[in-house]
Amino acid sequence: MTSKEIFSILQEKFGDKILGFFEGDKIDPFVNILPDSIKEICMFLRDESGLEFDYLANLTGMDYKDSLGVVYHLYSIKHNHYFVLKVTLDRTKPMLPTVERVWKTANWHEREVYDMFGVIFSDHPDLQRILCPDDWEGFPLRKDYVAPTEYHGIDATPNKLK
Amino acid sequence: MGLLNKLDNPYDGGGFVLARVEDVLNWGRAKSNWYLQFGLACCAIEFMALNASHYDLMRFGCIPRSSPRHADLIVISGTVSLKMAEVIKNLWEQIPEPKYCLSMGSCANAGGPFWEHGYHVLKGVDKILPVDVYIPGCPPRPEAFFDGMVKLQAKISKQAIFNKRKRIAEEDAKLGLPTY
Repeated sequence: MTSKEIFSILQEKFGDKILGFFEGDKIDPFVNILPDSIKEICMFLRDESGLEFDYLANLTGMDYKDSLGVVYHLYSIKHNHYFVLKVTLDRTKPMLPTVERVWKTANWHEREVYDMFGVIFSDHPDLQRILCPDDWEGFPLRKDYVAPTEYHGIDATPNKLK
Repeated sequence: MGLLNKLDNPYDGGGFVLARVEDVLNWGRAKSNWYLQFGLACCAIEFMALNASHYDLMRFGCIPRSSPRHADLIVISGTVSLKMAEVIKNLWEQIPEPKYCLSMGSCANAGGPFWEHGYHVLKGVDKILPVDVYIPGCPPRPEAFFDGMVKLQAKISKQAIFNKRKRIAEEDAKLGLPTY
């Protein structure tokens, strides 16, 4: 099934919660949705016969400068089709429901997005940093992140070319 | 230092060798560098290849030890993240003296590709512990590592054991460095 067909199924089922469909020649076609409805839409995509996206291939974060985002790459092993979901979040309060109950894979992926972008996944069973130390300050993959010059007394300033 | 060569030309009666105790101790030390079995990043893959039969690191007297308390040598084989830096420091402090440190590859030497923009990378392991030999490369070829190993052995062979402080002070005075 093509992304366009899946989009029309979603639009029929969820209406206003689906914001739009985007297609380009260089990127995978994707669908923008409202953050708060992510869990029910994912549940639908996983369980509806004919769609059955049983595999969350990738879940990652984005920094669009004026807002943050999360991108979901889905794949159905049964039907061999792909689908991309995107959500856009408020930069000051980036929060959306977890899809950990839909695909267990999402657990660590969401922890990574939290670690790197500071996106809060509500109801996540274990939302703590996965790569950086627990006491790390800031979210490194945000565009406005400033690298630390010191960590626990260890000098971390960049080397200068002489 | 050719201690074994002296056995080819023994004194009358045979089997005796005249040598300084320091030379004998250093000879033993230089030829038995037991290293901590510890790897960090892609240099560690090269380091594993070194240990395999083709390059055979054990001919330098290097035996892997799983505990820092048994080790003489630590090889920093890869990128040192700030999270890992504390652990490395802890390991280094557990190694009994005399101990040596080999910095392997660009990352451990000076941060490598992360020299400026690696927010989580220590820009050279010499910021947290004293390094004896730096081995350049990304990663270094096994031959480059052997060159570093030979240089370390040469360094150990010349190391002072007795009257260490007095001799170091004399050397410093020659170089015009302040004495403590």
